[in-house]
Amino acid sequence: MSYLDSILFAVLLVFGFGYFFSNIIKIRRNINLGIDVNRKDNPKARWKNMAMIALGQSKMVKRPVAGILHIIVYAGFIIINIELLEIIIDGLFGTHRIFAFLGTLYNVLIGSFEILALLVIVSVTLFWIRRNAIKLKRLANKDLAGFPKNDANYILYFELVLMTLFLFMNATDLHLQNIPGGFSHFITAGSYPVSQFFEPLFNGVSNESVLLLNEIFWWLHIIGIFIFMNYLYFSKHLHILLAFPNTYFADLNPKGQLDNLESVTNEVKMMMDPTADPYAAVPENTVPSKFGASDVQDLNWVQLLNAYTCTECGRCTAACPANITGKKLSPRKIMMDTRDRLEEVGKNIDANKGVFVPDNKSLLNDYITPEELWACTSCNACVEECPVNISPLSIIMDMRRYLVMEQSAAPTPINAMMTNIENNGAPWQYNQQDRLNWKNE
Amino acid sequence: MSEVLIVPTMGEILAQGKQPEVLFWVGCAGSFDDRAKKITKAFVRILNRANVTFAVLGTEESCTGDPAKRAGNEFLFQMQAMTNIEVLNGYEIKKIVTACPHCFNTLKNEYPELGGKYEVLHHTEFLKSLLDDGRLTIEGGQFKGKRITFHDPCYLGRANNVYEAPRDLIQKLDAEFVEMKRSRANGLCCGAGGAQMFKDAEPGTKEVNVERTEDALETQPDIIAAGCPFCNTMMTDGIKNKEKEGTVKVLDIAELIANAQDL
Repeated sequence: MSYLDSILFAVLLVFGFGYFFSNIIKIRRNINLGIDVNRKDNPKARWKNMAMIALGQSKMVKRPVAGILHIIVYAGFIIINIELLEIIIDGLFGTHRIFAFLGTLYNVLIGSFEILALLVIVSVTLFWIRRNAIKLKRLANKDLAGFPKNDANYILYFELVLMTLFLFMNATDLHLQNIPGGFSHFITAGSYPVSQFFEPLFNGVSNESVLLLNEIFWWLHIIGIFIFMNYLYFSKHLHILLAFPNTYFADLNPKGQLDNLESVTNEVKMMMDPTADPYAAVPENTVPSKFGASDVQDLNWVQLLNAYTCTECGRCTAACPANITGKKLSPRKIMMDTRDRLEEVGKNIDANKGVFVPDNKSLLNDYITPEELWACTSCNACVEECPVNISPLSIIMDMRRYLVMEQSAAPTPINAMMTNIENNGAPWQYNQQDRLNWKNE
Repeated sequence: MSEVLIVPTMGEILAQGKQPEVLFWVGCAGSFDDRAKKITKAFVRILNRANVTFAVLGTEESCTGDPAKRAGNEFLFQMQAMTNIEVLNGYEIKKIVTACPHCFNTLKNEYPELGGKYEVLHHTEFLKSLLDDGRLTIEGGQFKGKRITFHDPCYLGRANNVYEAPRDLIQKLDAEFVEMKRSRANGLCCGAGGAQMFKDAEPGTKEVNVERTEDALETQPDIIAAGCPFCNTMMTDGIKNKEKEGTVKVLDIAELIANAQDL
């Protein structure tokens, strides 16, 4: 390769990573719009969760077919990226197969990349069939109408094209390696268990043309990888990165434990303290501007990280008793809505020099309706199902808190239930003095 | 017909100069709901038989606040919690048993942060411990050979990872225990949780309890065992909806054990 190639490659590298990191910074800023919550305790349990659930995919295999196919694609993604290191060095310094000196190890590596690439092609094809031909319910659900459905397919096409380019790059390379007496810089290196079957396709093509094809495949492959990397930000596919922090920062408490609202605790303590001065000035910063959540800024940053991490697999929705019985609630939609609104707020901030200008919209009503929120049975099936420990339930509960404590907008029978608890210490209209009557009945 | 149940209140037992081994938190359903009261009594009969010194709060007990918290009313929840904690701490309660998974979850997980720290057991866990300590024996009795399936309450199972205690107890009845397709962590909700018990369902194509009852009926059970008064109501309604009340019974695990011994 010439110096021109190296310079072109360096420019590609800088722009590829530059744009990627500028978007990562944007995601980070958006996540930090959420309120603070301490998720730094118990690092041991957190690392373990990350190792088991994100790295070890332990929750994925609960659905074995999707789980195993996913592990293949995931392993392919991680392992084939070792090859990326060689491509970057070769691209920058004009070398060719710089790691070839590893000898047998190199052969094993390239050989296993090829086998993985083939397995990825098979898995991705099966994924496509599940999504578009078999139309599995959770993958063809109306939550995904429009861009989300296309997004999922684009990712499959990307992977298919990248793996094919990788194999054809190797096939042409092998063809040139096999030319008697050698050809240009194509040293004999690597083993090609898969691409050797494509190699004969180039018999009868001039050496120069095969060389040109080889360079085209090489460039398209690396350009494709950069496009894919930068597409992540616009796609549901961010989970390949965010699954790791997401599982680390996930709630460690028993699933049944709803968080305690400390701002309320202070008020209730005051109300119950007979010595408290009801006319005392309220110290500043003791009462939050709002109880519960009506918009993304009222959620905590882990909930917002959850929204960016969601890859819309729909296992939550498939397990949700409300959704199964035809209610509007879909835990996946809760996560997708949260991300869409957060993106909208982020764009508003970008457009207004770093400040959010109220846009008369909110997560509540404009994205998520009270009807969806009130359909939840808080059964935790969605939380249990999520392969990366997202909690749609916590968002639903925070929004119910807003509806009830800020707007007094509970369904009428719920208001009656709460009045009963207030008046007679039970959700029904029974006298507290009758609580032990069962004993003598 | 009134039977002799020994149910001392905390006040009474303290007057005798005794401290109970455990406080039985009856809960609102267990105190007021006609169906759930039977569960309460069955559990008390077992406690009496096993000579457990326990007490109840009686008229000093009040809703834990669970449905208020799940409905989003954190104020009401915390008022209830703090009032109850004041009573519980006043009596220096260390250990609580309850037959309601919602009370169980709230007392166990949500009271500590507000100053109420107790060892809290679901009644199936407590009965299992009595069994393990040899204080209680369980025989099959009328349930020998019957097909029994168990519906996992969300607030016992997924919420707190208690799956074994209820199953261990059922196994002791020499019955034929059958799992539903969706069970344990995959168990489907009965439809009552999250304050749904107290309101109508949103528009949909089906009631959740009917969907869950179908899961149970698929196992062709004689008995659907429950561990929660609300699940019990939902499953019983589901059985009525399917017109199976003649052949399938919904019984709490405490009732199974008490009935097996003709208590």
